[in-house]
Order: sequence, then C-alpha cells, then structure tokens
Amino acid sequence: MIRFDSVSKSYPKQSRPALREVSLDIAKGEFVFLVGSSGSGKSTFLRLILREERASHGQVHVLGKDLAKLSNWKVPQMRRQLGTVFQDFRLLPNKTVAENVAFAQEVIGKPRGEIRKAVPQVLELVGLGGKEDRMPGELSGGEQQRVAIARAFVNRPALLIADEPTGNLDPQTSVGIMKLLDRINRTGTTVIMATHDQQIVDQMRKRVIELEQGRLVRDQSRGVYGYQH
Amino acid sequence: MRAQFVMSEIGVGLRRNLTMTFAVIISVALSLALFGGSLLMREQVSRMKGFWYDKANVSIYLCNKQDAQEAGEAAAKPDGSASGSGGVATCRKGAVTDEQKKQIESELKQMTLVKSVAYESADEAYKHYQEQYGHTALASSITPDQMQESFRVKLKNPEKYKVVTSAFAGRDGIHTVDDQRKEIDDLFRILNYLNYAALGIMLIMLIVALLLIVNTVRVSAFSRRRETGIMRLVGASSFYIQVPFIMEAAVAGLIGALFACAMLVSGQYFVIDHGVGLRDKIQLIDFMGWGSVLAKLPYVLFIGLLMPSMAAFIALRKYLKV
Repeated sequence: MIRFDSVSKSYPKQSRPALREVSLDIAKGEFVFLVGSSGSGKSTFLRLILREERASHGQVHVLGKDLAKLSNWKVPQMRRQLGTVFQDFRLLPNKTVAENVAFAQEVIGKPRGEIRKAVPQVLELVGLGGKEDRMPGELSGGEQQRVAIARAFVNRPALLIADEPTGNLDPQTSVGIMKLLDRINRTGTTVIMATHDQQIVDQMRKRVIELEQGRLVRDQSRGVYGYQH
Repeated sequence: MRAQFVMSEIGVGLRRNLTMTFAVIISVALSLALFGGSLLMREQVSRMKGFWYDKANVSIYLCNKQDAQEAGEAAAKPDGSASGSGGVATCRKGAVTDEQKKQIESELKQMTLVKSVAYESADEAYKHYQEQYGHTALASSITPDQMQESFRVKLKNPEKYKVVTSAFAGRDGIHTVDDQRKEIDDLFRILNYLNYAALGIMLIMLIVALLLIVNTVRVSAFSRRRETGIMRLVGASSFYIQVPFIMEAAVAGLIGALFACAMLVSGQYFVIDHGVGLRDKIQLIDFMGWGSVLAKLPYVLFIGLLMPSMAAFIALRKYLKV
C-alpha cells in the first residue's frame, strides 16, 4: 500500500531536514497512528504520501506507484484514491452538509445520479442522517468533522489520511470520531492518523509509528503513545 | 465536466469581484474599440486611396508664351542664374509647338502604363479654373493667356506615376509634370500617423486590461483558496480547477468585446450615417459601409475572448497551486 524507502526530505532555506532516512511499509487495511512532537516530520510524512511534496532522496510508493515517476497530470487520478481529513475540518461554509459532500464528487466529474445515491448513504454511515440540509455553521465540531470524513470517504478511497482529526474536539466527541474511523477501517480502508492524543492511541492499541526530529524512532504494532517506556 | 456546476462557479466569482470585473470590462471595451476603430480607419484610408488615386491623374503642363518669356529673361540675366524668377529652363526655346505636342501625345499613348490621355487647352483650363475659384479675388485677375495647355494622363497602376514623371520632366516645351498623388500622399501620411497613435493607445489600454485581469485572477484565486484546496485534495484535474477562473476572465472579456462592438456600430451609425452625418457632409470621401464594420466585429469578439483567457491562464500558473 505505502512504502517508504530511506526517504529524506529537506526544504530549501532549512538546514535541518524534515525527514531523514525513513523506511517503512504500511499494508492494505492497516490502521496506523503517526505520533511525535510538533516539528517531528509528521506533516511532511503525510504531504509526501499526498504528493504535495516530493522526496529529496529515497522512494515513496503509494498504491503501488512510485511517486517520483508519477507525472504531474496523473497526480489528480492518484489523489482520487486517497481521502483526507484535517484538524480544522475545511468545510465550505456557504454550502449545506450534503452539498459539501457532493462537492468532492462533482469536481471529479461523477455523474449526478451516482452523487444523489452516494451522498445520503455516506452521511448515514457517519451518523449524520437527516442533517443533509444543515449549514456547517449550525453543527457542532464533532458533527463538522463527521461531514469532513463523509466528504473524504464518499469516493471510497483506498487510503484515508487524517491529520489530527480530534485536535479541536473534546475527549468524548473524539471517541465518537475514533469509532467512526475504526468502522471505516473495517471496510478495508487503510487509515493513517497523525495525532497528539495520548488517550486515544493508548485505547485503540493499533500500530504506532513515532517520528522524532525527522527520524523514525519507533514502529510498534499494538503500541501506545509512548514517552513513558 | 458538469456545465451547470461550472457556470454557477463563474457567476459567483464574477459577482464576488464586481468592481474589478467592471474595471476589466471597461478597459477591454476601450482597448478593443480602439483596435476595431484602427482596423476600420486603415480600411477607410485604403478605400480613400483607391478612390482618390483613381480620380487623380498626372498632369503634364506645357509651356505657354508667358513661361517662355520668363525663362528667357532669367537666362539673360548677367549672373546666368535662373533662380527666383520663376522661369523654367525647358521653356527657354519658346512656347510649346504643335509638333512637340503631337510627339508627347503619341509617346504617352504608346506607354503600356497609360490608360487614357486627355488634352486640355488653355481656354478649357481657364474655364475650369473659373468654375472652381471664380469667386476669389485671384481668379478675376487671371487671363486665359496665363493658363497652360496640359495633358491629363490616367494610369493603369496609379502607384507608378514616377515613370511618367521621369520620362517627360525636363523636356523642351514641357513646363512641369505634376502629380496630384503627391499631395494625397501627404494627407495619407497624416492619417497613417493617426492610425499608429490609435494603435499605440490600444496597446496601452490592452496592457492595462491584462494587468487588471491578472490582478482579478489573483484576488479570485485567493478568495476561493478553500474550494481549490479541497478540489486538489479530492483529485480534481487541474483543468477542472482552472476552468472557472479562465471562464470568468473570458466572460468579462466577452462582455467588454460586446461593448466595443456596440461602440463601433454606434460610431458608424451616429458619426457617419446619421447624427453627425459625415457621409452627407463630406461627399468627397467615399465612406465605408456597414459590411466593413460588421466584418470587423468577429475579430473584436475573438480577441476579447482570447486575450483575457490567456492572461488568466498565465496568472493562474503563478497564483493557483494545482
């Protein structure tokens, strides 16, 4: 699914590389926590998978494709197989819940009939059945994140990338979001989640990858948040 | 591609930057009106050239007695210089003879370049002169004796008048070879400069329009960065992401072009045909008709559509990460 082969990434005007010699494999259907303090390289790791950045050294394979060899015009096709969720939801405030989700299908040219069927289905899945016509501003943070997850998942991606999805939510709401992500994972979707939430990581007992100053310092199946070992 | 979706995006974008959209429309309209105006002016000038060149002819003025006298006096002066007295050296041997006239006429008729030759006697010249300038004080002091006989030559290719000039100027009995085209050419030179000036202003306006479009696209891309960011993440093609911006510029450009067309059409209507009514007032000029104006409109519309789109496309490379 994803393979990093001694990947390094340095940004221009920054002496210290953001990632150094990171090598790892993530198999299809896995649930992976990506942990580490701020500036440890988590965001760079995710941006490399999304091919928002290119590796300076080493190879990044996503869905069987070497991203270094992927030409620019093929990147959109690759991204259609990825779903992305952020800490700040990134919903369009002037569109309803259903429109926000439909947007992800409209802009890749899905036929209208398909959209009409898929949107209510995915909203039902994330637990927002009946709130199709609400505006994002009328929803709670947890509900907004569910809309964002519905949007990321509506095109049935093979991989869901979540960048601190519970960062803005209270612990109780976060648990709901984690249950949802777990359910999505059980449909066969690989989930990579960057997080600072120790409680969640410790509860879920999934694979944990820890980065520190750009280096991979821990890769543990059924791990905990760390720092205490 | 979902047309309805794209159309609504364009509408939203144009309304969002209403003032900027107006600025784009006005500057595009002005620059394209100047562009169309300059195209029309060029056509009008070449039309006038044809019209007047056709009417203009080469005149070969022959020496009369008075010319011969003046030339003789000038030659007789002690210093030998003919300057200032108005005498023409070729007239020194006296007024033109019948033999010379016949010789000139037959030579003219042999030239393949010549379409027709007309002889104008001094009396006829006097009559024409009186018709044209009879009401002026100068005309009443002129006598038929002072008028010159002449050959009026029409050429098949009016541009080649210099051949005739070089063949006949300086021969005995010929006073001067005068070509009216020279005067017309001066007028056309002025019209040409005006045309260049119009083109220059058009160019500046066009640059202003393009800079405005670049700026509009920048603002538009910034205010829509949320949408475009999501589009990028879910895998919309760069074409799909860019099209609303390009169409926005194209729509504004098209509206501007339509205004420019309206200006050209109303210019023809109010300045030439009706209103000011130049066509009736200046009958000497053969003004162009509606066909010429309408033929320019597609160019105006095409450029109005193409230039803003290209400007937007180039601006997007800089301001919209895809």
